Amino acid sequence: MTDAQTQELIRAVEQADSPARLVAAVQNLVAAQDEAGISTLIAVLGYNNPTAAVAAVQGLIELGGAAVQPLIEQLDEYNYGARAYAIRALAAIADTRALDLLRIAAATDFAPSVRRAAAKGLGSLRWSQLDASERSLAQAKATETLLSVSQDSDWSIRYAAVVGLQALATTPDLKEQIGAQFEQIAQTEPDTSVRARVNLAQQLLSPYIKTGQ
Amino acid sequence: MLESSSEENSPAVAPPLTVEQAIANLKHEDLSLRYYAAWWLGRFRVSEPAAVDALIAALEDEDYRTELGDYPLRRNAARALGKLGDRRAVPGLIRCLDFSDYYVREAAAQSLEMLGDRSAVPALIQLLAGGVAAAQQVPGRPHLTQPYEAVLEALGSLDATEAVPLIQPFLEHPVARVQYAALRAMYQLTQDDAYGQRLVQALENSDVKLRRMALADLGAIGYLPAAEAIARASVENSFKLFALKGLLEHQLDRGKPQLSDTAIQVMNLMDSLL
Repeated sequence: MTDAQTQELIRAVEQADSPARLVAAVQNLVAAQDEAGISTLIAVLGYNNPTAAVAAVQGLIELGGAAVQPLIEQLDEYNYGARAYAIRALAAIADTRALDLLRIAAATDFAPSVRRAAAKGLGSLRWSQLDASERSLAQAKATETLLSVSQDSDWSIRYAAVVGLQALATTPDLKEQIGAQFEQIAQTEPDTSVRARVNLAQQLLSPYIKTGQ
Repeated sequence: MLESSSEENSPAVAPPLTVEQAIANLKHEDLSLRYYAAWWLGRFRVSEPAAVDALIAALEDEDYRTELGDYPLRRNAARALGKLGDRRAVPGLIRCLDFSDYYVREAAAQSLEMLGDRSAVPALIQLLAGGVAAAQQVPGRPHLTQPYEAVLEALGSLDATEAVPLIQPFLEHPVARVQYAALRAMYQLTQDDAYGQRLVQALENSDVKLRRMALADLGAIGYLPAAEAIARASVENSFKLFALKGLLEHQLDRGKPQLSDTAIQVMNLMDSLL
């Protein structure tokens, strides 16, 4: 793939004049797997075309680490749909450079779709990217955010926090703290779906943490 | 009816209220404060008897009428009473079912569904009189002659098997939303897979609003075979998550202490949509 070829694919995305042409152009750009297309793929997240956006997210995930900084810098503050797609991409790439952004998104974004994606992503970052001391600090921060988010008033956000915490609870340093929180949620959670999700987390984590039963 | 948090968004002006004020405001001379108080009591699920009594009284309000002859306060009172779970509201809501304001009738049918009281069934059936032929668009208004969706959904939820022959013709109603409501009720009343499958097919509809509606209906009836199709549907994740929550809750309702494999499958799909 030459620069000129990629520029041609980018132009095709920018000039697509129908939803179907946009989807096809995005798919072609994704297939090129060229880092030069990253900004364009990020822009597509805001085009209000879900099929194109899903394809762009997939392309960004495949480009991996190279897409992380642009995704953080180009996060769309005015379009929560675009923001949710970007956060899903960052969560799937799981690069720890996204930690602070995911914490802010999970705790303070007004859009539930953004907060859920961030909460899930916070649990599953690739902690091995960090050395031991950085790692435990970063995991403690992620845990702190998720423990707070797990008390939200919206059931779907509490559900996502449980999913995030489940992933973090496999860390030896965190298993007791998270296990205790799960125990408390299991006792007090009013929503049956969230309660069921905590029960599932406890079941999956039983090799790691003890439940009070 | 879509289960989304957006329907609970507060009106633009939101003066802070106490329960006492809200109840008192239902008789305030400023009619907009009455309207707001009725919404507020439902939103915050203030189910104490004094609030329920005041809202039941507001179902008969004659002061707040628009030029079109609508009764905004009665609508909000009827909506609120469904959320408060007090069956003393049932007789008043049943009387609302033949009131002149369409949206009062609709709110009453929805609230009677939520209250789960079968004594409403005969009055709900009355609204299907004349069948599909009578279920026409009202000229100049954005609705049919009766709130058929709400009525069909209520009859399904209230287990009104006696209404099956009256509901069935609505499967062929020209309005898709009415068809979906009929499918939903028919599935609930007969447990026949064919009705659930038709709602699954509706997830392929070219209109995203109808796809969302079919999703909500599948969630409401907890139709488990739809799980994968729901997760794949071309609809925003929030709607899919709510629909799968409905499936999950139907599974959990079975009352077994440990999680079934199907419940875990539904949760795995939900996780993938976060």
